[in-house]
Amino acid sequence: MENSLEVKNLSKHFGKLKAVNNISFNVPKGSIFAFLGPNGAGKSTSIKMFTSLTKPTKGEILLEGINVLKNPDNARKQFGIVFQDHSIDDELTAYENLKFHAVLYQVPKDIRETRISDALKLVELEDRKNSLVKTFSGGMKRRLEIARGLVHNPKILFLDEPTTGLDPQTRNSIWKHIKMLNKEHGMTIFLTTHYMPEAEEIADIVAIIDHGKITAQGTVTELNKKAKAKTLEETFLKFTGKSIREEQGSGLDMMRRMRRLRH
Amino acid sequence: MSGAIYVMWLRQLKRFWRSKARMAGSLGQPLLFLFALGLGFGPVYSAAGQGNYLLFLAPGVIAMSILFTSMFNGIEVIWDRQFGFLKETLVAPVSRINIMIGKTLGGATVALIQGVVVLLLTFLFGFRVHSIGGFFLGLLFMILIAVLFTSLGIAIASRMTDMHGFPIIMNFLIMPIFFLSGALFPLENLPSVLSIITKINPLSYGVDGVRGALTGTTHFGLGLDFLVCSVLAMIILFIGSKLFSKIEL
Repeated sequence: MENSLEVKNLSKHFGKLKAVNNISFNVPKGSIFAFLGPNGAGKSTSIKMFTSLTKPTKGEILLEGINVLKNPDNARKQFGIVFQDHSIDDELTAYENLKFHAVLYQVPKDIRETRISDALKLVELEDRKNSLVKTFSGGMKRRLEIARGLVHNPKILFLDEPTTGLDPQTRNSIWKHIKMLNKEHGMTIFLTTHYMPEAEEIADIVAIIDHGKITAQGTVTELNKKAKAKTLEETFLKFTGKSIREEQGSGLDMMRRMRRLRH
Repeated sequence: MSGAIYVMWLRQLKRFWRSKARMAGSLGQPLLFLFALGLGFGPVYSAAGQGNYLLFLAPGVIAMSILFTSMFNGIEVIWDRQFGFLKETLVAPVSRINIMIGKTLGGATVALIQGVVVLLLTFLFGFRVHSIGGFFLGLLFMILIAVLFTSLGIAIASRMTDMHGFPIIMNFLIMPIFFLSGALFPLENLPSVLSIITKINPLSYGVDGVRGALTGTTHFGLGLDFLVCSVLAMIILFIGSKLFSKIEL
């Protein structure tokens, strides 16, 4: 098996809205795959389907060869995920959040503590491990979420806009860690981001999604050549146009966003 | 697999332990009931030849505090959904039924702790348990009430996304369940409408069980109380697990 993720004819409809409209692509093992698209293009809905949080209207998803729809519990062991918005328990300490995760993912007891402290070391939060997460800054929470995604040693890591709202120092440090995970541990990385220069620098393969359909995919060089553009940002704009998108957001999303602003 | 149940349970307890204000605040209402109703209606009750009202009321107030805490455990599910933590539990490779059971047991334990604290408070008002065995039997009924209504709260919360709607619906349910349960008045010689309602209200059996165990006087009989509470707790826990495992984000 050469692909970490195989997506075949995947669609998700919400009533009349075709949030994801018949997409197919493969993510090769050990690659860094960037999934790019304007707001509301269908990125987050797609990730929710890949990670078994939402059922597709139709189509097939294979994660490390495992059918996500038929065998969700087994598929869930294969990946780690850093969600677009906050998903850490503020009332627990950093250590407790990771411990909780390790137990949920059935990390064997004898290696649990090593895994947790390795993950905390990697994101440089070891000295704060016994602090309540609500005392953390936005960047620290993000790093902790990445650490959490690594505790069960996943084969593929999903990162949904991991650097949004962070300062350049933190963004650089996060990308550095991600590259290291990819190079040294051979972990497949699937990411979305709105920062085109970041995608350009880190991604082996790029797919651009718009209105629920994949409009282009290939290496950065290939895509830039195809669009006759110099940078990925220009290419992106050529493929997706310049109009600003309306994002369908529920009250829930609004509330999360408000909460993020407050932190 | 039981690891998931354990950590979900532990998380509820840790969160509870860290917000002591919540605990202190939730003692206000039972205290008010004991003080105002217990002492206020006491003279009328004994003049009517029914004996000591506080002895009658205390188990009802204990059941009330468990009922409220249990049902409001559901808000944690909505809270977790709103602030994202629910996703972390839903992508984990464990059966969602275990997650629901862990949450229920955690919430029920918190409610039970509240109930025991209220029981201790009733001693200050002169309430006495009639035997040691009765005390432990009373705890058993308190556990059943806690599991029953925590599962109900979580089952309802699994179907809701609206943080503001939940307390409104809860109050809409909790108030009639409490007032029409025999927590405040004896179930003998009631007008027939009220009598029928109290008979189909599950809390009536819970209150009667706690009262029977702690004071030795029951209306339905402890056997029937136990049967109704335990069977209902199982059924609602089962339905709740089904609803919880269907959550999509």
